Amino acid sequence: MTSLTLIYIGLYYFAAIVLIGGVAYRIAEYSRTPAPLKIPTTPAPTTTGGVVLRMAREVVLFESLFKSNKWIWVFGWMFHVGLALVLLRHVRYFQEPIWFVVEFVQPYGQYASFAMVAGLLGLWARRFLVDRVRYISTPSDHLMLALLLGIGASGMMLSFVSHTDIIALKAFALGLVTFDWQPVPGDGPLLVHLALVALLMIIFPVSKLLHAPGIFFSPTRNQADNPLETRHIAPWAAAAERK
Amino acid sequence: MAGPEFEVPKLTEYTDVPKIKVGAMAHVKSFPAAEVTQKFLGYPWTLTDDWQERAIGRMGELLGKYRSLRVFMDICVHCGACTDKCHYFLGTADPKNMPVARQDLMRQVYRRYFTLPGKIAPWLVGAKDLSKEVLDDWYNYYHQCSECRRCSVYCPYGIDTAEVTMAGREILNTVGMGQKYCSEILTKVQKIGNNLGLPGPALEDTLSGLEEDIEAETGVAVKMPLDVKGAEILFVTPSADFFSEPHVESLIGYAKVFHAAGASWTLSTSASEAGNFGLFNGSYETMQKIAMRIRDAALELGVKRIIVGECGHAWRVAYSFWNTLTGIGYGGNDPFSIELQKQLDPRFDQPMHICEYTWDLIQKGQLKFDKSLNDHRVITFHDSCNVARGSRMGDVPGGQFTIPRNVIMAVANNFHDMAAETIGEGTFCCGGGGGVLTDDLIEVRVKGALPRMNAFNNVVQNNGVNFLSLICAICKAQFTKVLPYYGFDRSMVGGVHQLVSTAILLD
Repeated sequence: MTSLTLIYIGLYYFAAIVLIGGVAYRIAEYSRTPAPLKIPTTPAPTTTGGVVLRMAREVVLFESLFKSNKWIWVFGWMFHVGLALVLLRHVRYFQEPIWFVVEFVQPYGQYASFAMVAGLLGLWARRFLVDRVRYISTPSDHLMLALLLGIGASGMMLSFVSHTDIIALKAFALGLVTFDWQPVPGDGPLLVHLALVALLMIIFPVSKLLHAPGIFFSPTRNQADNPLETRHIAPWAAAAERK
Repeated sequence: MAGPEFEVPKLTEYTDVPKIKVGAMAHVKSFPAAEVTQKFLGYPWTLTDDWQERAIGRMGELLGKYRSLRVFMDICVHCGACTDKCHYFLGTADPKNMPVARQDLMRQVYRRYFTLPGKIAPWLVGAKDLSKEVLDDWYNYYHQCSECRRCSVYCPYGIDTAEVTMAGREILNTVGMGQKYCSEILTKVQKIGNNLGLPGPALEDTLSGLEEDIEAETGVAVKMPLDVKGAEILFVTPSADFFSEPHVESLIGYAKVFHAAGASWTLSTSASEAGNFGLFNGSYETMQKIAMRIRDAALELGVKRIIVGECGHAWRVAYSFWNTLTGIGYGGNDPFSIELQKQLDPRFDQPMHICEYTWDLIQKGQLKFDKSLNDHRVITFHDSCNVARGSRMGDVPGGQFTIPRNVIMAVANNFHDMAAETIGEGTFCCGGGGGVLTDDLIEVRVKGALPRMNAFNNVVQNNGVNFLSLICAICKAQFTKVLPYYGFDRSMVGGVHQLVSTAILLD
């Protein structure tokens, strides 16, 4: 096994542990922190079923963003849907036999990368062109877009320009999940692609990417509007009341 | 005392999104709170020596107690969707009045002290030390937010700047940088019983004077009972209703409705204030103490129902928080809640909004009106932010929009809504809510009213509207002050129950 392979194996285990452990830690943190008051942004659903639907519309359709700004919605939705298809397509590298859904999505997943990259470019353009967005953008906001674009572009290189040894890549990926380690193919675009993805996994739990798990904990979106029928009280508030 | 000079924005057909003007409102600083009131509230009144440590400590506590703040500090992606949604930004062009930038005043400090990237590479993620300059920015810009939650409607993650502003003000109070206006009101309501500091005998006097006025005008002896034990309904309304114009016209309207319904009702001296500025300052404890006055009055008077008058933030606190804070409501199975539930009449929502009460009577045919008595008015309705985005009326989501309008249309013939994107859940704040209704912030108030004034001006010009009706004491006070700046007459503002009062037929 070459040192290159060892580095990539080590990198991916480290990245996976940071991603899974870090996000689990954040989720535990968010769950542990109580919401002491009922603050759904109304009009809000009055039942839990309604809340599930509201959240589904937010997560799948970006309902609030649609109300808010059509440009951000178009670019943001293109990017996220593209990314979702691309990720689903990538599941094929980690399983044998391949799930039929992943088979089905394969051709769409390849072209979805164009939507993904176009969306990212649109979002990045706004950071330069719209004075308000320029004002709020930090270096990390730009770098995050650069990172995602780097991942998208290097991935598209592999798909459409300089193919890597896909059999060997799959053996490497499967090897990671089955602990039966195989050499990583040595071509440049692939190594760049893999390194950037690992970097994204590592920064996930300490970055704004936490919006992905975080939205499910947003009290203005995940609470039912039923304060008259149920008494909602946080543990720390209840403890103070008993004094 | 003359206020600072500033230019009143020009009215336009649509509210254009301005180009940002950095520092445009940096000079506006609300008056600081004095020793007497801060001492009463348990806060320091000058900047403490250990302010930095204290502020970070308090921030840590709040992050542990409020999921909203905890999650909102992490999940903003700086997408910019909220940047053109705040009325204060639209009216002032100061970029720190963009919701995301207002949040970032706190987020930069959060990142520096509570996150790994902010600790090791602050320049990368926009993290900053909590300096005196940053603290001053907090003071300036957390008092240029009316906590109206319009931004939370449009944020893809529902990030609510009001939650951040509230936390910011609480931290500022903790280090000795309280705001005079809120500090004084929070003291008066707890010491005297209402925000205006109106003592019991004065209230009694005012009410009997009003009773005489109504009888002189209508020939009917409409009563305004005070502290009546055994009354069925405890009616809680903002104290401005007792002697501010046009608020008092709505008070007369409520009394006429109760009279026509033959209801047994009472006001309470100790609960002579529906408003609860504890909400604005983000202190759960203060908000609870103030809300408890209502529970105590209900228990003392033995009432079966609690109804709330025209007040936006009061209705949010009553509807959304009273059950949590005081057990007024249902579903609690602890002794504290059960004590009150035993007394309240379970056939009714507790609390109930006066518009729900009136609308219910109208539907049952128990009120008679001559709608033509309102024919000199062409009416529009301003959805007050706390009612629109922080509460509900009736059984279905959005009842807070339909019920007040139904009441208006039942008592008047001429009604025109303002443009759809400026009402309902997207309603623009009056510019004076959330603890900024003070003369030292008049520039903020006038400029912040711009989007609402533009929408209002359109229906005035195109539909002949001459009456801006609403159900919030703060909005009423704000508009009567601000309308003249935009060339409108202050008498164009009034409550929904003022319209009810005009048209109702008594016998």
